[in-house]
Amino acid sequence: MRFIDEFRNAELVRRLADKIARVSTRPSRLMEFCGGHTVAIMRNGIRQLLPPTIEMLSGPGCPVCVTANSDIDEAIALAGLPDVIITTFGDMLKVPGSYSSLQKARAEGSDIRIVYSTQDALQVARDNPQQSIIFIGVGFETTAPTVAMAVVQAEKEDLRNFYVLCQLKTTPPAMRALLDLGEIKINGIICPGHVTTIIGTGPYQAYARDYGVACVVAGFEPVDILQAVEMLVQQIERGDPRVEIAYTRGVRPGGNLKALELMHNVFDTAGASWRGLGEIPCSGLKLKMKYARFDAGRAFDVVLPPAREAPGCRCGEVLRGVIAPTGCKLFRKACSPENPIGPCMVSSEGSCAAYYQYGESDG
Amino acid sequence: MGEKILLAHGSGSRLSHDLIDRILAPPLNNPILSRMDDSAVFELSGKVAFTTDSYVVSPIFFPGGDIGRLAVCGTVNDLSMSGARPLYISLALIIEEGLELEDLRRVVESVAETAAEAGVIIVTGDTKVVNRGQADRLFINTAGIGLIEGEADISGSNARPGDRIILSGGIGEHGMAVMSKREGLQFNLPVTSDCAPLNHLTAAMLAASRRIHSLRDPTRGGLASTLNEFARQSGVGITIEEAKIPVHDGVRGACELLGLDPLYIANEGKLVAVVDPEDADIVLAAMKKNRYGVQAAIIGEVTTEHKGRVVMKTRIGSSRIVDMPAGEILPRIC
Repeated sequence: MRFIDEFRNAELVRRLADKIARVSTRPSRLMEFCGGHTVAIMRNGIRQLLPPTIEMLSGPGCPVCVTANSDIDEAIALAGLPDVIITTFGDMLKVPGSYSSLQKARAEGSDIRIVYSTQDALQVARDNPQQSIIFIGVGFETTAPTVAMAVVQAEKEDLRNFYVLCQLKTTPPAMRALLDLGEIKINGIICPGHVTTIIGTGPYQAYARDYGVACVVAGFEPVDILQAVEMLVQQIERGDPRVEIAYTRGVRPGGNLKALELMHNVFDTAGASWRGLGEIPCSGLKLKMKYARFDAGRAFDVVLPPAREAPGCRCGEVLRGVIAPTGCKLFRKACSPENPIGPCMVSSEGSCAAYYQYGESDG
Repeated sequence: MGEKILLAHGSGSRLSHDLIDRILAPPLNNPILSRMDDSAVFELSGKVAFTTDSYVVSPIFFPGGDIGRLAVCGTVNDLSMSGARPLYISLALIIEEGLELEDLRRVVESVAETAAEAGVIIVTGDTKVVNRGQADRLFINTAGIGLIEGEADISGSNARPGDRIILSGGIGEHGMAVMSKREGLQFNLPVTSDCAPLNHLTAAMLAASRRIHSLRDPTRGGLASTLNEFARQSGVGITIEEAKIPVHDGVRGACELLGLDPLYIANEGKLVAVVDPEDADIVLAAMKKNRYGVQAAIIGEVTTEHKGRVVMKTRIGSSRIVDMPAGEILPRIC
């Protein structure tokens, strides 16, 4: 299959792995920011191909995982209102909030429907004019343009029963917050391929400059990831941190201008609460005043119970790269995909789920 | 608008008899069924295999099959995987009021065609009609009886180190074909369901070798679940090679798009066999001669290492654990 097979070519992978082993001399710690990369790395067993000098850490780049408990509680509370239909991406369904999950709310009678795109959510709104349709807007810059598009379209069609619970987040402020924390020394970042397709490489320049961190944007196939690792190692060995793109078939330095313009027209930045990282200024997207009537947070009044974290859950530290999923006492014991305690075990892009599902083997 | 099923069709009234006479009996007819007594009565001697399953697939018609074909294949295949020769099938229909009569006719004809292909007969049946909303168009239950000939001892707990793992063809076709037609997730896929009766295939395999240790059709949970079941039941490890597992490009593409792994997607016309290494090639050759085994391949082997676990050598030369699937398989978020 074109654009897939050539990026899973065993010979190319072997050559890249050999080159990395040859070039890498000093201990280097690389973080893949994006959950999609974590899954690809685990699923393809890429860590086994790297020399012992290279340590790979998983970062906070799973939108479901970083959603704060209070935000999930709000979605569940909205689901309990009469004449409300919640539309959401499937990943959110099982995520535990403080006391419940959308999946449990559905079993208790709330009308909660899985959609694959915001267009499907709009269709549910058109088909059910007597009910209020709330789309749970969780995601990063990859999802934000599609939410913006839906809002613009709803305005154009004068859809009066469509709302968004806007919990969108932007990645660069979170990356900076992580570097500012200084809990772990990171030498290089595998920058998220899809997010960068939208926002471009501009935001990363500061990391290379101010924090001396090597930055390479990577695609999601084995060859993509190894190529990015190889470029990072070269930068680190040379002591010359900069921003490079290993995913040129997807990413342009300036990003996707149309998508950026759309986001700019519909959203303002706002502070957002991240699981594991806390409140980060300017890291969230809120609907602009002119679209305020689509804001589920304004349109509906719900009383939230005080948010609480599950005792023993270390998702926060996993998201900051401070511990690996296997470093949590609950991992594979109390916490499993069937019975998740924290969100990292639920989401298909969560680190804990990826470690659980694909755990490396010596075989 | 065509004629529709009414509650009265299930009431035992004249309408019920009319439904049986017009729609159900003609395609299914055989001497045992046509007696129309309370039970099917027939002679049977030997070691008997007996199984039942219910079918609730939505939509009831999907690319490559329908709920009727599925209901026959599922039960025929369950019997076949025990090494039995399927003989008699029961057919119970739970119909939601309002189902088009024409749709029911199509399903029943599909049941008859599939039964004929498998060489089994429908010997008894039942029809119930429930209120709108109490079922989703049509649910079917089938049970089946088969005979185990010779000393075949086929079980998921019989896998031994050294045995070869043989897969009968490409994986994930049924699951992706059905998923492509689900509400809210419609896309065009050049893939049809693999739904098929596998009894002739297993008969050919069992005729070729007496050293087939385990057989299973990887339905819900896909190939990954079946292999994990073998590993746990037999207390052995299983190693497979990614590059040897046949996957249709359409299935691969759709899985990439939706963030799914073909190893976990359902099949309805595939089987996995665990075979003594000495007989693996003979069994493989016998499989390739059958229309449902043309793409058969040896995909791995049983080992004494990593007991209870399945490990896959990836295309790129690393290896990873293939675990049981966890819960509902959902599309990804970004």
